[in-house]
Amino acid sequence: MVDTVVTSKGSSGAAPGTNRLGLTMAEYKGAPSTLCDGCGHDAITSQIIKAFFELGIEPHRVAKLSGIGCSSKTPAYFLNRSHGFNSTHGRMPSVATGAAMANRQLLLIGVSGDGDTASIGLGQFGHILRRNIPMIYVVENNGVYGLTKGQFSATADLGSKLKTGVMNDLPPIDLCGLAIELGCSFVARSFAGDPKQLVSLLKAAASHQGTAVLDVISPCVTFNNHEGSTKSYKYAKEMEIPLHEIGYVPFFEQVTVDYEPGAVTEVEMHDGSRIFLKKTDRNYDPTDRLGALNTVHKAQAEKQFLTGLIYIDETKPDFTTLMNLVDEPLASLKEDQLRPPKEALDEIMASLM
Amino acid sequence: MKTLAADSAQKLQKGRIVNDFSIHVATVNGSGSQSSNNVLMRSIFQMGIPVSGKNLFPSNIAGLPTWFTIRVNKDGYIARKRNVDILVAMNPQTAVEDVKSLKEGSVCVSPVELKLDAVRDDVKHYQVPFTELAAQATDQIKLRKLLTNMIYVGAVAELLQIEEPEIEASIRKQFEGKAKAIDLNLVAVKKGREWAAENFKKEDPFYLERMNETAGKVIIDGNAAAAIGCMFAGATVVTWYPITPSSSLCETLIDYLKDYRIDKKSGKATYAVIQAEDELAAIGMALGAGWAGARSMTSTSGPGISLMAEFAGYGYFTEIPTVIFDVQRVGPSTGMPTRTSQADIISAHFLSHGDTKHIVLLPGSVEECYAMAMAAFDLAERFQTPVFVLSDLDLGMNNWMSDQFPYPSKPFDRGKVLSAEELEKLGIFERYRDVDGDGICYRTLPGTNHPLAAYFTRGSGHNERAAYTERPDDYENLMKRLDKKFQTARKYVPAPDIAKQAGAGVGIIAFGSSHFAVKEARDQLKAGNIATSYMRVKALPFTDDLRKFVADHDRIYVVEQNRDAQLRDLIRLELPEYATKLRSVLHFNGLPIDAQSITDSITEQER
Repeated sequence: MVDTVVTSKGSSGAAPGTNRLGLTMAEYKGAPSTLCDGCGHDAITSQIIKAFFELGIEPHRVAKLSGIGCSSKTPAYFLNRSHGFNSTHGRMPSVATGAAMANRQLLLIGVSGDGDTASIGLGQFGHILRRNIPMIYVVENNGVYGLTKGQFSATADLGSKLKTGVMNDLPPIDLCGLAIELGCSFVARSFAGDPKQLVSLLKAAASHQGTAVLDVISPCVTFNNHEGSTKSYKYAKEMEIPLHEIGYVPFFEQVTVDYEPGAVTEVEMHDGSRIFLKKTDRNYDPTDRLGALNTVHKAQAEKQFLTGLIYIDETKPDFTTLMNLVDEPLASLKEDQLRPPKEALDEIMASLM
Repeated sequence: MKTLAADSAQKLQKGRIVNDFSIHVATVNGSGSQSSNNVLMRSIFQMGIPVSGKNLFPSNIAGLPTWFTIRVNKDGYIARKRNVDILVAMNPQTAVEDVKSLKEGSVCVSPVELKLDAVRDDVKHYQVPFTELAAQATDQIKLRKLLTNMIYVGAVAELLQIEEPEIEASIRKQFEGKAKAIDLNLVAVKKGREWAAENFKKEDPFYLERMNETAGKVIIDGNAAAAIGCMFAGATVVTWYPITPSSSLCETLIDYLKDYRIDKKSGKATYAVIQAEDELAAIGMALGAGWAGARSMTSTSGPGISLMAEFAGYGYFTEIPTVIFDVQRVGPSTGMPTRTSQADIISAHFLSHGDTKHIVLLPGSVEECYAMAMAAFDLAERFQTPVFVLSDLDLGMNNWMSDQFPYPSKPFDRGKVLSAEELEKLGIFERYRDVDGDGICYRTLPGTNHPLAAYFTRGSGHNERAAYTERPDDYENLMKRLDKKFQTARKYVPAPDIAKQAGAGVGIIAFGSSHFAVKEARDQLKAGNIATSYMRVKALPFTDDLRKFVADHDRIYVVEQNRDAQLRDLIRLELPEYATKLRSVLHFNGLPIDAQSITDSITEQER
C-alpha cells in the first residue's frame, strides 16, 4: 500500500531525529516568520523544511529565491544554511535562470505568490517554463495582495468577494493550465491545509530535472478567509478533490511497494526516486498532456478544486542540457578554462586584416 | 571657418588631391550596397592608405535611403568629414538633394538617366549607363540591381586609380567561399571599370596613391571588438535582448564563443548565452548569474537601459557584479535607432531610484571597446556591482582601422570571494561588513560547502549580517559605506588620457567616440593659432586628474554628442568651484561628430 511508503523514512541508521546527513530538522529551519498567525504560507514553509530534511538534501547545495510579496518573504523562514535571493517584484524567474546557468549543481527553490507570478511576473513565469529551467517553483496562491492590504489578484475566482463586499468580475488565470500549455514538465496543485500531499509533491519536485510548478492554495487569514472567498481554509477544505493519493520513495531507500495491479501509477523520477499515484475513482493519467489540460479546463468550468500531480513529463530535457554546458559549474571554471590562448587572438586578428 | 589645415597647400601636388577626401555613396536600404561599399573601403585599406567607413542608415529593412561614407586620409584622421568630395548618387529618391548639398568643385558619379548635370553645373559629373551595363553583366534580371553596386565600384576604382588586384582580393574576402558570387561580382566591377576607362575624361583633383600606413592594422567595428574582449575576459553567462545598435555585440560574441570556448575534451560549452524575453529578464539573469559566481554580462541600448533601471538599483544595493554594455543610440524614447548619440551618460550613471550611482567605462576606440570589456569584468567583481560600458552606434557599428589588439597581460581579478577553507579559518562571516576599510565587503557564492557561507540577499534594508532592518543607523551606515566603495573606485577605473600643451589656456574634455574628431580638431585649431590641451575621460567616477586639468586651464570646452551637456554637468557636480570655466561644444543631430564642427564652435567661442 502506498501509505506504508510515505511513512518509511530514517532507515539509514543515523542518530534519532537526524536525517541521512546526520542533520536535525532544526538545521533546515530559518528565521521566525513575521507573517500573520495562521497564514497558509507558514504551513507551506513547514512542509518545505520537512521535505528537505527528510530528503537529506545538503543545505549548501540549495539556493532559495523569491520575488516580492508576503509569499516572497518566506525563503527567510526556511533553510538558514542556504543562500537566499529575495529579488524584485515578478522577476524571480530571470534571477533563477541566471543562477541555474552559473551553477548547474545548485538545487533551486523559488517561492512566489499569485500577484508576483500571475500579474507582474506573468511574462517571466511563461519563459522559465518554456526554457524548462531546473527548479522548484512554488506559488503560494491566496487570490489577494496581502502586503498592500487586500486587493484582488489575477488568480481570484470570478464572483469571489473581498471583505469589503467588492466582487471580482474578471476571470482567473489558472496557473496550472497555463503551465501545461507553456510546456512545463511538472505541474501540481495542492493546498496549504493538506500537508501530507504537499510534502510528497515537494519531494517529487525536488527529484524532477526541469521546472516543477506547485500551485498551492494558501489562504490569507487577514484579507481572504471569509465567507464568499474561494481561497479560504473552509472553502478549500470542503471543496478539495485529490486526483490521487501520492506516495514518494527517495532513491536512497530500497523499499518494495506492493499494490494491486492497475491501482497505482508508478513514475520513476530523474534521480531514481519513485512516486506512486494511487488511483481514485477518476483513473487519472498525469502523463497525458491533453488529458491534463482537459481536466484543468473542466475543473475551472465546474468550479472544482482538484489537487495532486496534474502533469509530469520526465523525458523533456532541461535548459542546462539544451545548452550543452560543461559538467563543472560555470562559476567555478578558472582562468585557464575561460581565457583562450594567445594563438586564438592572433587568429582572430589575422582574419580582420 | 573653412580653410585651415584641411585645405592646406601641401596636399595639392600640382592640383592633385592625393589620399585626402571622402566618398559618399547614396543608395537604397536593402539593395545590397553594403558589400560593394565594404569592397571599396577594403581595397583602399589594402593599398596602405588610412581609411574609415561609416554607414548612415535608416531604421528600416528595405526601401529607405542610406548613405555610406568612406574617408580616405593620409594623416590617419578617421572621424567623419563634414564635407563630401565624391558623391556616388545611386538613389533616385535623394539624388537631387544629395547633389545640391555638394561643395563647388566636388565630383558626382550617377546614373545617366537621373540627369543630375541639369541640377548643378558647378560640380564635375561622371554619368554612367548603369542599367545597360548591368544588363550586359548578367541575363538574370534579379541580379542586375545587386550587380549595379559593383559596377559603381568599378567606375570609382577607375576614377581614383584603385589597383585592380586589391579590388579582386577584397571581393574574394567579402564573398569568401562563394565562387559563383565572386565571379559574377568580378565581371560587374570589370564592366564598370572598362566603361569608365573608355568614357570618363578625368577632370577632378582626387587621386589615390599607394602608401604603407595600414600594414599590420585591422578593420573592425566596436561591437565585434567588445565581443572579443568579453570572450577573453572569460564571460560565462551572456544574456541579451535584440536591440539596435547593440545586437551585433552578442551575435559576434556567440560566433567567437562557438569557435574558442568549447571544452576540447568533453565538447561542451564553457559559457551560456541566453536570448532573454526582454531587457528586464536579461539583467535579471545577469544578476542571478553574477550572484552565483559567473562572469555575467548583458548588452543593450537606450530603451533597454530604461527597462533595466529597477534591477540596476537592486544590483547596486545588494552588491552583485555584472557588466552592462550600452551601445548608445539617439533618444528620447524610440528616438532614431540607427543614429548615434552620447546621451545616456547621466541616465546610466544614476540608473535606478534612490541614491544610486554606477561605475561607467567610456571606451573611445575599438581597441578600448576590447580592453574595457575586460576591465569591466574585473571592476564588476572587484567592486561587486553592475559596471556599465558606454559605447555608441558610431563606435559600435562602424568600421574602424585599428592597431591589432594586444593579448591581455593581467590575470582576472575575481574580487573578494571567500572559500569554505577561508571561512573555516576566519570563523566568522558577515556579508556586508567593511573589514578592509575600503567599502568593499567579502562575499560567498551559493554552493560553498560551509555552515557559515550562506547569507540572504535582499533589496530591502539590510544590516552588516544581511538581516532585514529598518533601523535608521543601519540604513545610513550602509549608504555611507556604498559611497565609500564608490570613492575607492576612483583609484581603480581607467585613468584619462591627457595631452597637455604647454602654455595653452584652452582645455578640451571629451569622451567616447568624439575622440577622433577632437584629435583632428586640435590640429585644425593649432593651425588657426589656438593651442589646446586635451583630456579624454575614460570612466565615472572621475579620477583625481580631472580637478588638476580643469584648474590648470582658463577655459574648458566639454565636447559631447548630446543636447544637455551631460558630461559638463557631471563635471560641474564634481567641481562646483570651477563651474564657470566650463563651456560646451554640443553635437546631437544623429550623425557622428566631425572635426570641423568642433573647430568652428571653439574658434567662435574663443573670439
